[in-house]
Amino acid sequence: MDGMHDLGGVQGFGPVEREAAEPVFHADWERRAFRVNLAVLIALNPGGGGFRHSIERMDPAHYLTSTYYEHWLTGVTTLAVEAGVVTQQELEQRAGGGFPLSRPDRGTAPPSAPPKTEPRFAVGDRVRVREWHPLGHTRAPRYVQGRRGVVDRFDGAYNLPDAEAHGGTKVTDPTYSVRFAAHELWGDGAAPGETVNVDLWERYLEEDR
Amino acid sequence: MSGDHGHEHVHEHVHEHEHRPEPLAPIEARVAAIEAVLIEKGLFDSAVLDAIVDNFEHNLGPLNGARVVARAWVDPAYRERLLTDGTAAIAELGFGGPEGDHMVVVENAPEVHNLVVCTLCSCYPWPTLGLPPAWYKAPAYRSRAVREPRALLAEMGTVVPDDIAIRVWDSSAEVRYLVLPERPAGTEGMSEEELASVVTRDSMIGVERL
Repeated sequence: MDGMHDLGGVQGFGPVEREAAEPVFHADWERRAFRVNLAVLIALNPGGGGFRHSIERMDPAHYLTSTYYEHWLTGVTTLAVEAGVVTQQELEQRAGGGFPLSRPDRGTAPPSAPPKTEPRFAVGDRVRVREWHPLGHTRAPRYVQGRRGVVDRFDGAYNLPDAEAHGGTKVTDPTYSVRFAAHELWGDGAAPGETVNVDLWERYLEEDR
Repeated sequence: MSGDHGHEHVHEHVHEHEHRPEPLAPIEARVAAIEAVLIEKGLFDSAVLDAIVDNFEHNLGPLNGARVVARAWVDPAYRERLLTDGTAAIAELGFGGPEGDHMVVVENAPEVHNLVVCTLCSCYPWPTLGLPPAWYKAPAYRSRAVREPRALLAEMGTVVPDDIAIRVWDSSAEVRYLVLPERPAGTEGMSEEELASVVTRDSMIGVERL
């Protein structure tokens, strides 16, 4: 989905603020949130796509105003509520206030296709990323959909997360690293001498004739 | 789906959303609430979870990546293996596991600088770098790294001259990236261990040049 998480190229953000000697966890709640995250993932095994999509469904304003451990907490708690482990009302009673969760999953698995391991494209092939902007989970960022690039590397075949995240069968599909010239992505505003590689499943790609 | 059903569903959702208790519970209380539920339901094995967290706090971190880089600097055959099959070469030093199962190492050179980002999420090579710092997961870095990398790096104190190409790697699938920085001048006499101590986390992400 073209959600708030899909941040590549979004303009308006300020400087990157680095902390000197940043600790692994800033506060005890971050460590506890990390343990809760692991516990839910172990108990429910939602798969990488399902877990990530639980965060992608967060309200955009909440997403931008909370740190990553809060994203994880919100995502896995949403999964726990959706699995019937607990209700949002019970959580709010226990917490003594609002416990915002992610919005409902509007995504559907893409049409089923046979598992594939042999790559269709070779290194050097020109490809175009399909443009379809699904409501559900995908690893084709908005900023490369519809854009043309060159296959730089074949990385083997892995489960397509778009299917896995929405109850589809696990189906392998080849993955590639595709190189895009900055000008292809950002037009005349691009700086020279910059390229971006994005790692993409074969199903996202078509031949660029 | 019938129109009525759809309407009801939307209405229910909106209704639920509009009546969120105010104020928001503090994050500590929210963590405690779901943690207590998981414990009561028998879904929270503290010993297992603490062992995993302990591993992140004490064993995984950029010191591992620094050892990989230092080895590549002193051993040309290892460097070749690292650039050909990063996962296997990193495993030679004992590092591997979740978020490190498919490693690609990208090498800086006089004419090219590499920068790693995860625009969609927070993908990061845990076995070699540990858990990512907060800025790596924050919107400013994720949005700008792919759009204006040279300007962003300059702002972060790393000026990459215009005649050096910048390659950005958005780890959007299964591969996790590690940058192999150039060995700095003046380190000729250093041992492998001393070399490891000059390698920083940020240089292995690509936001710093040594």
